[in-house]
Amino acid sequence: MKELRVQPIKDGTVIDHIPPGNALKVLHILGMGLTLPDSVISIAINVRGKRGKKDIVKIENRELDPREVDKIALIAPNATINIIRNYEVVEKRRVEVPDEIVGIVKCSNPNCISNGKEPVETKFIVKSRNPLKIKCYYCEREPEDISSQII
Amino acid sequence: MNFKGRDVISIKDFSREEILHILDVAQKMIPIAEGKEKSDLLHGYIMASLFFEPSTRTRLSFETAMKRLGGNVIGFARPGTTSMKKGETLADTIRTAESYCDVIVMRHPQEGSARMAADFATVPIINGGDGAGHHPTQCLLDLFTIKREKGKIEGNKVALVGDLKYGRTVHSLAYALALFGVDMKFISPPELQMPKEVVEECMEMGVSINIEDSLNNLKDVDVLYVTRIQKERFPDPEEYKKVAGSYKIDRNLLKNANKNITIMHPLPRVDEISPDLDSTPNAAYFRQTFNGVPVRMALLSLVLGVVK
Repeated sequence: MKELRVQPIKDGTVIDHIPPGNALKVLHILGMGLTLPDSVISIAINVRGKRGKKDIVKIENRELDPREVDKIALIAPNATINIIRNYEVVEKRRVEVPDEIVGIVKCSNPNCISNGKEPVETKFIVKSRNPLKIKCYYCEREPEDISSQII
Repeated sequence: MNFKGRDVISIKDFSREEILHILDVAQKMIPIAEGKEKSDLLHGYIMASLFFEPSTRTRLSFETAMKRLGGNVIGFARPGTTSMKKGETLADTIRTAESYCDVIVMRHPQEGSARMAADFATVPIINGGDGAGHHPTQCLLDLFTIKREKGKIEGNKVALVGDLKYGRTVHSLAYALALFGVDMKFISPPELQMPKEVVEECMEMGVSINIEDSLNNLKDVDVLYVTRIQKERFPDPEEYKKVAGSYKIDRNLLKNANKNITIMHPLPRVDEISPDLDSTPNAAYFRQTFNGVPVRMALLSLVLGVVK
């Protein structure tokens, strides 16, 4: 008997090739649940694929703007975004690290102005994509472990 | 080259040509800074001097610069006397101050504060030091001092001495000197060495860097830039004493140095430069302090658009 752990979706967005164990972080970064109260969201963790284990997130009835999804490149640099219409993949692209990362990563410098009570979001400038290096727009500190600084 | 309305946050915001232009304008300001000529170049302009942290030279020289050019100054030297004490944010303080002035000079204990202030303000922000971050006007006056003492910046060998790890002025100075193709020596105790990124950045700019831990070899050094080794960097007071003692500059040390060596220090000094050097022609640190005035006059006139 054919067993489907997660069913294909008719319309929406599938984020594939997320490193295993990071699906919840991806949803957290995208702010899902808060912004998509009417979408069914399915999560598959530790799915066996051709290149080892991975996580998958499926969001029904919502086509995510690729630029919106690029934010997840910080923790899932090889993730792909698939736009699904009537069960067909109509668009597929890999995430790209944006030039600026706003409101996702906290500065590792406790004395940085962005860690105080000022009315500003954290902001990082991407210095290099491979390896990923980012620099705080305000204090210019470069965090060594970016994933541990995700807000 | 147009400086009108520009912020001065980091020396890296300026090209080599722009830096030279600022220094050229500063050169013309010297007679006014000395009080030998009177000027009303900035008459009718108001500078807000917002010092959230203590300062002697930066604040006084900015205020002097503004007043020597006929401008007015408002501001505070202690945040305790402002609404910051009531919990007001820096962003709101800046938006308030800018409605009373044409330019803001600020020093704040947090890194990135000046960059943030510049995003909120419509008037130019000049950074007078943001925590352990930048201090661009110090860097410009250091370059101006080397130019005045030696006739030019390029072609000199400059040794930076002392706390090269935490000292905010030396990181920007090393970058700026590299921009002018100046070869450097970084002399410090091993625990206070210049950060790797700064060394690499300078070398990528094509200058030669020697890293040393003693002051024994000053024969080929044209400019000795001394910084303070801070006690709080050492958990053991005995260790501090030993290290600080071995980086003390005195007449004895200069016997084996280049006889035309220029000694600079951003001040305040504690005991890293012996007072017996103050009367020697090599001691440039008080001239360096004076140079803060014409350099800051130049910056104020340029960002206010009164001088092109």
